[in-house]
Amino acid sequence: MDFALTPQQEALQDAIGRICADLGDDYWLMRDRQGGFPTELHQALAKGGWLGVCMPEDVGGAGLGITEAALMMQTIAQSGAGMSGASAIHMNIFGLQPVVVFGTEEQKQRMLPPLIEGRERACFAVTEPNTGLDTTQLKTRAERRGDRYVVHGQKVWISTAQVAEKMLLLARTTPAEQARKRTEGLSLFYTDFDRSRIEVREIEKMGRKAVDSNQVFIDGLEIPVEDRIGEEGQGFRYILHGMNPERILIAAEAAGLGHLAVSRAAAYAKERVVFGRPIGQNQAIQHPLAECWMELEAARLMTMNAAWRYDSGLECGAQANAAKYLAAEAGFKACQQAVMTHGGFGYAKEYHVERYLRESMIPRIAPVSPQLILSFVAERVLGLPKSY
Amino acid sequence: MKVLVPVKRVVDYNVKVRVKADGSGVETANVKMSMNPFDEIAVEEAVRLREKGVAGEIVAVSCGPNAAQEQLRTALAMGADRGILVEHDGVLEPLAVAKLLKTIVAKEGPALVILGKQAIDDDMSATGQMLAALLGWGQGTFASKIEKEGESLRVTREVDGGLETVSLKLPAIVTTDLRLNEPRYASLPNIMKARKKPIETLKPADLGVDPTPRLSVLKVEEPAKRQAGKKVGSVQELVEKLRNEAKVI
Repeated sequence: MDFALTPQQEALQDAIGRICADLGDDYWLMRDRQGGFPTELHQALAKGGWLGVCMPEDVGGAGLGITEAALMMQTIAQSGAGMSGASAIHMNIFGLQPVVVFGTEEQKQRMLPPLIEGRERACFAVTEPNTGLDTTQLKTRAERRGDRYVVHGQKVWISTAQVAEKMLLLARTTPAEQARKRTEGLSLFYTDFDRSRIEVREIEKMGRKAVDSNQVFIDGLEIPVEDRIGEEGQGFRYILHGMNPERILIAAEAAGLGHLAVSRAAAYAKERVVFGRPIGQNQAIQHPLAECWMELEAARLMTMNAAWRYDSGLECGAQANAAKYLAAEAGFKACQQAVMTHGGFGYAKEYHVERYLRESMIPRIAPVSPQLILSFVAERVLGLPKSY
Repeated sequence: MKVLVPVKRVVDYNVKVRVKADGSGVETANVKMSMNPFDEIAVEEAVRLREKGVAGEIVAVSCGPNAAQEQLRTALAMGADRGILVEHDGVLEPLAVAKLLKTIVAKEGPALVILGKQAIDDDMSATGQMLAALLGWGQGTFASKIEKEGESLRVTREVDGGLETVSLKLPAIVTTDLRLNEPRYASLPNIMKARKKPIETLKPADLGVDPTPRLSVLKVEEPAKRQAGKKVGSVQELVEKLRNEAKVI
């Protein structure tokens, strides 16, 4: 059992750290105030070839694993960029796994290089307002007409839809009542985000103003058949392929955000002098931060374990879900403790930690709730009866 | 034109350096190590010279422990073509490094050796100059600009009070100053490629050099803690303190 990073993984962390250091805390503070996509980060990472970290080499990627992608996402979040930085590229890193695995050679060559080079950005259009996590019940309809599909429907919580040129869309091609199985009848498409047929309304939200989340209304979008990934009706099965990597990456991001908050709080506690001594000398300040650090490290190790299992071709559902749960909760607790450590100043935007706290809610809620993870583990690991 | 770029493994510039408890040196165990930042500038300059069509093959060389391979990989990821590690675990003084480099120069036959003006660990600022003397080559130290002019190099040097421009006949030695360039970040494809580039490992004995130190370090200690400053309310008070407390006027 070897926990050490390889020299290459260390080089990767180092290079990402340097790119992120160019932006700095004030940049992210400004992005949080004014909004606006962090193009500078996206372009710098694209230029360095980082968006292709886990894409195959024959389409211009580096062919590395989810382990390296997770290290990269943790480093980005931990640099001070938080979820504002991580979410700006999150989807581009793992989201097109279904195309990598199930796309034709022609589709891979057409779809993946522009994404890796940063010429196109993609959004992930799956979630719907009336189905939530019950993905098999999607309502958005794609009807086949000759060599095209015509799509009508509504999606919600679609991140980066304001800026994306492409979307990975899951839509119903067979009505639910006619589908042979609950998990069939949905198809997956990777296609142009045609704004003449799609209306995007931004959702005002608690944090991460830089990366937009949206309601998306699709009205008569035409998709050529060659943009369908894999077989018709099998889209749900394909989309499952990206689920564990996504949980692993979001866990890494949450752990990075938490570590960022703890290190900022520790630095403040060392410098802030009250009653003639640094507040960090008080155990009431030290112990909660030490506890946060331990929980974050435990979550990070679970994340790396899940990533290693995924890259080794082992079943990793339980580990990936557990990592996302543990890292999200530990990240949230760490951010909260960082605010409390700062006292009144923690509530001031210019001390950054309140921004982290607002952002730390994202990995708790998305892409799956903590309760559903608990149910998953109860059912699949402990063998208890399904509760819902 | 082949370019040789010597790079040194040093304590990372972000690390707060601590003196070993026995005063024999600086603590390097469990400390982040990196390529000397001035050497990074040297690698960058070599790569830029190649991009301008001036330089051909770029060979990075490091004298130090086996782990200095990491710094060679960094140089390879930035664009160097291959690496040479002269492996030695003990202390290497500038003269020993210059002697080792001289033999590498004889073996490789570069037209230009470009290296940092100094390493940020011991701040000797000696290796480049010693190498120039041993080889009998011209040197342009503390370079802030390098241009090829026919068969020579025009090097702008940062000197006290201004800039000095020298013309060097090739082959030559150049040492880099901070303002020469801003090193690039290694891209992911280049980090991947660096893994496959060759690194040759040699020992000082293979090169016929005895690296035994000629100097002995008596003691290493931390600089004295700086005293806190004082704020003064008026010019009179300042003069009074300078005269009676600091006793400088």
